[in-house]
Amino acid sequence: MFNANDIRKDFPALSRLVDGRRNTYMDTAASAQKPLAVLNRIQKMYIEEYANVHRGSYWLSERATENYERARQTVAQFINAKDKREIIFTRNATEGINLVAATWGQYNLKAGDEVLLSRAEHHANLVTWQQWALKTGAILRYFDLAEDGSFIFENFKNALSERTKIVAVTAMSNVLGTLFPVKQISTEAHKVGAKVLIDACQFAVHKKIDVADFDCDFLAFSGHKVYGPTGIGVLYGKYDLLAEMSPYQFGGDMIEHVSYDKTTFALPPARFEAGTPAIVQAVGLGAALEYVMQYDFNDIEAYEKELINYTTDKLSNIPNLKIIGTASDKGGVFSFDIKGIHPQDLAFVLGKEGVAIRTGHFCAEPIVNLLGYNSLARASLGIYTTKEDVDEFINALNKAINFFK
Amino acid sequence: MQIDELIDNFSFFDGWEDKYKYLIELGNKLPHLSDDKKTAEWKVPGCQSQVWIIPHYEKQHIYFEGDSDAIIVRGIIAVVFIIFQDKSAQEILNIDVEEIFDKLGLRDNITQNRRSGMLSMVDKIRYYATQSLGK
Repeated sequence: MFNANDIRKDFPALSRLVDGRRNTYMDTAASAQKPLAVLNRIQKMYIEEYANVHRGSYWLSERATENYERARQTVAQFINAKDKREIIFTRNATEGINLVAATWGQYNLKAGDEVLLSRAEHHANLVTWQQWALKTGAILRYFDLAEDGSFIFENFKNALSERTKIVAVTAMSNVLGTLFPVKQISTEAHKVGAKVLIDACQFAVHKKIDVADFDCDFLAFSGHKVYGPTGIGVLYGKYDLLAEMSPYQFGGDMIEHVSYDKTTFALPPARFEAGTPAIVQAVGLGAALEYVMQYDFNDIEAYEKELINYTTDKLSNIPNLKIIGTASDKGGVFSFDIKGIHPQDLAFVLGKEGVAIRTGHFCAEPIVNLLGYNSLARASLGIYTTKEDVDEFINALNKAINFFK
Repeated sequence: MQIDELIDNFSFFDGWEDKYKYLIELGNKLPHLSDDKKTAEWKVPGCQSQVWIIPHYEKQHIYFEGDSDAIIVRGIIAVVFIIFQDKSAQEILNIDVEEIFDKLGLRDNITQNRRSGMLSMVDKIRYYATQSLGK
């Protein structure tokens, strides 16, 4: 059964003291800690099953290939993709989005076409499309969210038109926590013939990804945020679409046949995985997703809902503290501002109390500025976050507030 | 104040509270920059707090003015200025600042992340010094 106190014990880093203090890790939205199962899997792979993939016909290479491809199958299962060939391993979500922009975007966006984003996109999504819009002459359009961070369907719908070629949005804002209705977004976008790319980095930690239900054309997430290793990410794309797309990078393992004058390329996903991939990281990601999938996402969500309410209540009782992003449908991310205390100062003091939070613009500078801030503080929840963690965080906040009085 | 005196003062603190209180005190003594000086030109890149540093070249020495919107960061600027103030460009470049931060017990705060603005503050000062040597 799902019990965060037990889960916390599966993550060795959380049982260690940090600078002599209990590790109260409230920065999962930036990157998650790793369960022992992932660390053991990585070590086992390097010791017992390691060689390059898709190349040798000796025992180790076959085992490595088998494990790497099994990880792809695990990812497909995790996001409910019907075909594992729709799963491309990337470095991270950023690379996944860049891949779509550089391949699909480069050949499908023309001057005057529109790319539609929300105002709350992470730089990974925003800057990528902004730069490809500049290169292609496409126009970047944004739709507004409500002041409390809520998604307003009318705003999205009104910004959508026959000129929209792609809608690229987050499924859950890393600043506001707002959950986006991705399925309805896809339905509406497809009506005007636009493609849909979902940035599922935050969503993947808190909710069940279901690409069959979402009906999105592309979806990207990073391994390190879902308790997996760094250096590995996932891009999902509908197979027919991927099959039409040109390669992203050129090199080994992505080819079908090479002569001195020309090359024919392999089918997806190999076409998009040039060079030796992050083999062990992919297998580590598979182990992380298996770790998460041993629990029912309904239980994960139910527990998180409870913890969100608990945290919201506690934060609401702190004078002069404003939670930024209070949409009714939100995941476990709490951006906040305390009147008179700079987030950087706050983070220094919290750090000394063993509490890790993020400060700054969270790589989503435009929305933080739009909300009227240069910098915010953010606490975020993971599968291992307990009420005790929240209590420690709140105690440290109160201590900091007293300190700066 | 000289750097040795500062290291001496810092050595008396046990916990972070006293150290941060003293840093804030040092920061409070730092004159604020007027808003018209807080321009992109003088901004030190960093995403967690805003920091501005303005160099003034006088004779052989460089003087600095600076400010931040975070108070502990203002204290850190004050410390950085005690280290670098009123020195020649060459003297500035010769200083092993990380060793000094170590002695002050501020290494965690300052060297944690170059992009967070703390160490890039030092980079900026070194940049101004290098630039003045090239003139």
